[in-house]
Amino acid sequence: MTEATLNAMDLSRQFGSNFAVRDVSFHLNKGEVLGFLGPNGAGKSTTMRMLTGNLAPSQGGVKICGIDIIENPKEAKALIGYLPEIRPLYKEFTVNEFLSIAARFHKVKSSSVHKAVEAAKYKCGLAHMSNRLIENLSNGYQQRVGIAQAIIHNPEIVILDEPTVGLDPIQIREIRKLIKEIGKRHSVILSTHILPEVEMVCDRVQIIDKGNLVFHGSIEDLKQHRLGNKLLIGFSKPPTLTKLKTIKGIEKVEKDEKGMFILKFKNKYLPAEEIVYLAAKENWGLYHIAPHVTSLEDIFMQLTQVQSLDNQPNKVKQT
Amino acid sequence: MIINVARKELKSLFASPMGWIILALLMLAFGSFYLQGVNNYFEVMSGSIRPAERVGVTIFVGQTVYGIASFLMLFAVPLLSMGLISGERKSQTLPFLFSAPITLTEIVVGKFLGLIIFLSILVAYILLMLSTLNIWSDIDFGYLLSNSLGLILLAASFSALGIYFSSLTSQPIVAAILSFIALFALMGLDKFFGSQPNHWFGYISLMKHFQSFSRGIIDSKDIIYFILFITTFLVLTIRRLDSDRLRG
Repeated sequence: MTEATLNAMDLSRQFGSNFAVRDVSFHLNKGEVLGFLGPNGAGKSTTMRMLTGNLAPSQGGVKICGIDIIENPKEAKALIGYLPEIRPLYKEFTVNEFLSIAARFHKVKSSSVHKAVEAAKYKCGLAHMSNRLIENLSNGYQQRVGIAQAIIHNPEIVILDEPTVGLDPIQIREIRKLIKEIGKRHSVILSTHILPEVEMVCDRVQIIDKGNLVFHGSIEDLKQHRLGNKLLIGFSKPPTLTKLKTIKGIEKVEKDEKGMFILKFKNKYLPAEEIVYLAAKENWGLYHIAPHVTSLEDIFMQLTQVQSLDNQPNKVKQT
Repeated sequence: MIINVARKELKSLFASPMGWIILALLMLAFGSFYLQGVNNYFEVMSGSIRPAERVGVTIFVGQTVYGIASFLMLFAVPLLSMGLISGERKSQTLPFLFSAPITLTEIVVGKFLGLIIFLSILVAYILLMLSTLNIWSDIDFGYLLSNSLGLILLAASFSALGIYFSSLTSQPIVAAILSFIALFALMGLDKFFGSQPNHWFGYISLMKHFQSFSRGIIDSKDIIYFILFITTFLVLTIRRLDSDRLRG
């Protein structure tokens, strides 16, 4: 599981004097779904275009299973399946025709093209659409065709750029299920700006903002960030803040705008039991006690804003 | 790989009504000019001309048909080549080609080849049509073959230029208009320098090099000219696509 199938080394891309992506390094392990998260215009698509050889990086390089994509583009590209943000479908063809073309372009042997097409259609639930013109398919089915062409040659790495954009909730669920399926056999990089999606589908996350990597870790790390060591407590007859602070393990006590208390406690302490005991004993009128969950949006905002403040001096230097 | 790209391109051409309509209209035009040529031959050659000025039926009819074919290609090729790259750019399908394990050269040459195969259907059709003269007369096949070769080289040159203009824009119509203007100018360059037949500028003219083929002469100089012309524009196209990758 530790074998890296994709290595991005100090990837940078400049458009004029603007850095769209700056010094992004990461790796993708075999059989892993990596979520690539970032607001609009953060450089997700630019990074993906560089990973797939659609765009030459200004600096840095990409290695696919040890093969450099700039030096040996043919060999490297054969190992990647890519679905760009705007799906590249030839709408004048039927599903079968298009997928056979995709298979042949990706060096599937002509004797096994038919098998590859059938397999991809089966995986993506397209079997009953074989002879329909792509033009006449619904948005969701077109997206499936897009995914099918990305996995048709059984690539080591599947790169999907915002695969669920513009789909209805049912389609989104199906596509997510499909991506999970694909993740079992291939390594997947998935870009999105929908936060819960990452939590649902991905094993590892990285957050990119304004061209810089600001967070990099497993989904558990992100959840840790999210849960924190915080309790949200409501008292109808609240005690003083200092009284709460004396409870063992409590680090910080805050009061929010609704009059609820947010208690931050140290690692390895679970003060909930003691709080309930004290509340009952001293009659504080405890009516709510629950772990305080920071929303993903909040974490996202924190991470991206901190970074943008850090960046300010750099930018001045640049100009 | 080149063959796969060419196959895809051919399939594309036949998947839209455009390909079929152009094919049908051109065949109709060639057919009617052929018929007219045969009719005229009997009118003109029925004794009104002195025996020394008489020409054979192959040249008489062939000249009419090949003359009009080279002229009509000037309109047909830009219409067929306009979408080859700009159409893909417009519908955002270029990443599909770029991320497949195919080199840019293979993409461009494949697309070019696809179009040539399509156009050679027309050339073969004309050849077949003129060969039917052999039923009641004894025709000069060498003349027909030389003309066919000339026509296909001419059409290939048009296509190469058309692909280049198609790679410059994302609007197929703009590509068609630009390549039509460029081709029209290149065709007529020798006319501008009519007073100096050996001026180098006139030498660039496509028509000048087609003329020897249409007289039945296969001159290696002309073949090399066409090959150079085609290579130049294909290389320019590859360069243009590569700059997409470099500049984004």
